[in-house]
Amino acid sequence: MEYKDYYKILGVKKNATQDEIKRSYRKLARKFHPDVSKETDAEVKFKELGEAYEVLKDPEKREAYNQLGSNWKAGQSGFKPPPDWEQNFDFSGGGYTQGSTHDYSSFFEDLFGGSRGATYHSSAGSNQGGFQSKGENIRARVMIDLEDSFNGSTQSLSLQSPEINEQGQVLNKQRTLKVKIPKGVKEGQTIRLAKQGNPGIGGGERGDLLLEIAFNPHKLYTLDGKDIYLNVPVAPWEATLGTKINVPTPDGKKIGMKVPPDSQQGRKLRLKGKGLPGKNAGDFYVVLQVALPPSSNTKVKELNEKMRDEIDFNPRSYLF
Amino acid sequence: MNSKKVSIVSGYILEEESVLTLAEFCQTFKAPAETIIRMVDYGVITPIEKNKDEESTAGGNTSRHWSFHRSALIRADKALRLKYDLGINLAGAALALDLLDEIQNLRTKLNQVR
Repeated sequence: MEYKDYYKILGVKKNATQDEIKRSYRKLARKFHPDVSKETDAEVKFKELGEAYEVLKDPEKREAYNQLGSNWKAGQSGFKPPPDWEQNFDFSGGGYTQGSTHDYSSFFEDLFGGSRGATYHSSAGSNQGGFQSKGENIRARVMIDLEDSFNGSTQSLSLQSPEINEQGQVLNKQRTLKVKIPKGVKEGQTIRLAKQGNPGIGGGERGDLLLEIAFNPHKLYTLDGKDIYLNVPVAPWEATLGTKINVPTPDGKKIGMKVPPDSQQGRKLRLKGKGLPGKNAGDFYVVLQVALPPSSNTKVKELNEKMRDEIDFNPRSYLF
Repeated sequence: MNSKKVSIVSGYILEEESVLTLAEFCQTFKAPAETIIRMVDYGVITPIEKNKDEESTAGGNTSRHWSFHRSALIRADKALRLKYDLGINLAGAALALDLLDEIQNLRTKLNQVR
């Protein structure tokens, strides 16, 4: 088994006081809590923290752990506790740890005993007794493209989920799922796949699989809820005189749009109902961006100088 | 482990699924009504607002007439995890969830600007 440096995990020195350990744990727990943190490995980190704290917060367990640590040399991966190391400490028998230990590493379990395959609690914090309980919900984040929501698609996911075999042991099993992404799903929404979560106990039904949707950035479009935005450059004279332009839509087609005369920079042209589809379909917005031709072009320079000299226009009059 | 044949599973958008009554919410969440009512009192979750006329004829906005979006299940779940894992109370959990939502909104806006 792999030796785990609980002091390093909690970012404290070997001689840290119990208060220092507590403070450091609380700070890191806030930082790496999977519901708070944006980091991808937050869940793993948070479990490690819990495990480290479980040992170091308890002076007796901490002492036992320290004794082990002195027998351990850096770089040694095949770590084994000395055969009689437990004799001065009573860790055998259940009920020693208050927390649920089923998430802890095998390192922890070999030292302090654990409960692989025994306890299993539902994420909903159920207090119900009885031998039947619904499996845990699995939560995962899925990155999709705008087109996946616009056209609907299927995505392959692989999940690590525990399965309980006939002996009641929990084994991690790799599962591949093909999931249908419903048309019109928005950023931050959750797709619920009923009974695709972890298995229940004692014949209880499986939990759900909850997929939180996030979008990959798109090279052309941006999203705001169900509305799709596209920045479209126009020449200054097109903005002033009005014109007809072609713009690409997310379904891969082109659509003709009228730019009205006197369109200022940032003007939004709306195509109703052409955003993400669904019950309340979003809109498609074309946002005009006035693009300037370069003054290195002599004709551009000449015409702009002519405008400057002949047109009476002060865009900053409102400032004074 | 050899994975069995892969079939396509489809689900529903949780936020658009049918709403839950308080009783259904308790059953799905596996918690007593008192817990849910406390979470509503602290603003962790909010029942769906009905229009005024309906409320007055139903005799006020009592918990018996509450209904919830399914997304409230996720919020309630997060709140309890925060409560137990970080040792904060429900008011703190509600605040954390509100701030997280706001950060998420700002992140989305920021991505649009970029």
